[in-house]
Amino acid sequence: MENTESYKGYIRHKRTFILLLIVITGLAALFAISAGSANLSVKEVVLTLFGQGSTQSHIIVFNHRMPRIVTAIVGGIGLAAVGCVLQSILRNPLASASTLGISQGAAFGASFAIIVLGAGVQNQTADAVTILNPYMISFCAFISAMMSTLVIMGLAHFNRVTPESMILSGVALSTLFSGATTLLQYFAADVKVAAVVFWTFGDLGRTSWREILVMTIVAVAAMTYFVYNRWNYNALQNGEEAAKGLGVSVERLRMIGMFICSLTAAVIVSFVGIINFIGLISPHLVRRFIGGDYRYLLPASALMGAVLLLLSDTVARLAVSPIILPVGAITSFLGAPLFLYLIFKGVGRR
Amino acid sequence: MIAVKNLDFAYNGSRRILSKVAFDAKEGQCIAILGNNGAGKSTLIKCLNHILTPQNGAVYVNGKDLRKYKRNDIAKHMAYVAQRNAADRFTVFDSVLLGRKPYIKFEPSQEDLDITKSVIKRMGMESFALRYVDELSGGELQKVMLARALAQQPRILLLDEPTSNLDMRNQYEVLAAVREISRKERISVIIVIHDLNLALRYSDRFLLIKDSKVFAYGGREVMTPENISSVYGMPVAVETVRGMPTVIPMPEAIR
Repeated sequence: MENTESYKGYIRHKRTFILLLIVITGLAALFAISAGSANLSVKEVVLTLFGQGSTQSHIIVFNHRMPRIVTAIVGGIGLAAVGCVLQSILRNPLASASTLGISQGAAFGASFAIIVLGAGVQNQTADAVTILNPYMISFCAFISAMMSTLVIMGLAHFNRVTPESMILSGVALSTLFSGATTLLQYFAADVKVAAVVFWTFGDLGRTSWREILVMTIVAVAAMTYFVYNRWNYNALQNGEEAAKGLGVSVERLRMIGMFICSLTAAVIVSFVGIINFIGLISPHLVRRFIGGDYRYLLPASALMGAVLLLLSDTVARLAVSPIILPVGAITSFLGAPLFLYLIFKGVGRR
Repeated sequence: MIAVKNLDFAYNGSRRILSKVAFDAKEGQCIAILGNNGAGKSTLIKCLNHILTPQNGAVYVNGKDLRKYKRNDIAKHMAYVAQRNAADRFTVFDSVLLGRKPYIKFEPSQEDLDITKSVIKRMGMESFALRYVDELSGGELQKVMLARALAQQPRILLLDEPTSNLDMRNQYEVLAAVREISRKERISVIIVIHDLNLALRYSDRFLLIKDSKVFAYGGREVMTPENISSVYGMPVAVETVRGMPTVIPMPEAIR
């Protein structure tokens, strides 16, 4: 019994870690709601959340801050879960949504909408572009982001393609999209280029409750599918042949997984712009604490993604308040040193 | 138990790796697959549980064509230990528990945990059951992979060079353990192995493969110096040492 007992003990440790992350997410969300140019105390926030606050605090909390915070949580969960699953099905510790050309595809789609389709219109009085049709931009970004994945999946369908060649195809398509975006920008007016650049920064403040609902539905559906397949991802961690020997239909798992990952990332990116590093770093960070078992790695990575994006956004809002920095820059800026630290501490050993 | 009929295999229509391979094995028998590097031994073992799908021919388990099984059901009948194993951030216990995957619906049952525990005990790995496998030595990792295969409770165990990473003592220990379990639980073992003396000691039957075809199949009587020399392209002598037939390579005889 000794083994089973100590096994249960160490499973408890993993569950406690997940519980801790839930608490941290809650606390970070409370802090994020209370912090900002109009300062609310945590008590006021709690009262408002339970319908007891003033009208003013109600407006600040529900109209301004909550959509942003929920976007951070849902987006963080989605991007981190996608990164976590892609790292398994592509058998590559560097896999994330950008590896498959999703970010670059979305950037191209947004550029196309702003520059060619005129979704952003030049404002004559102020020297800037007003985004007239955010839905058109999101739609184009989404279609373009999915295009890259569909091309990779098409190639894989006609000829048995290895994870390595899938990743290399993703890198090639990323370059293609970046090149196309550069060409579009080269011939566009300055202000439109500025609008494109602004879009690609990544901004959690663009979403209304309607977009949040779409993001949430997609993220929950994806998460359900991922959790259902957690044992398959575990098996795949031990190599493709070992997984097949354990009864996993590897090709099917890889194709469906890739489609769902791309869809989820594309929806998030097309609503909030490009946010790097969350999908890459969250699983690596969590692996350090609780190991590579997808039963726990998956939910913990998703929560870690929520915490990291929430904290990055709070830093972005508070660092040089009242100016709000682009959250994509913050995630990269904070993510890169953290990632280097993890690498040199020997994490992500395979 | 297992019958293999006229198996053909080629990678993407290129050179044929296996041609009309046929053999059968009874319950509890240990079959050694022998042959040169590149002869198709590993390909054959992967065709047996459909990790690779043969172009022609069929594998029958208990009289039933394997093509009629779902992949998950194949995993309940056959366990496979690959030649090279990736070690990720899993504990030994979780790695062995993964062998229960074909049986687990959502969470492992108490029975799954108990089987895992007993396999770990049987393989003498209790002292490092909660260590991460990426911190283990090559030999320990190999034992973990073998333990996982046993946790699958298969009727047929497919082993692709299971002793290649092990030192001499571990080679004998691991194979002796496999043999004991196979005899006790009537599990058939099909093993790709390079060490002919280990093969002779622990196997009942020998499948010699040459130029993608079965060169000879049978008991110790097929392990003649002529057959072995022909398959490996190297002169050998087979002598009995302490009651065991022993293969002695004679490289000096190559002209």
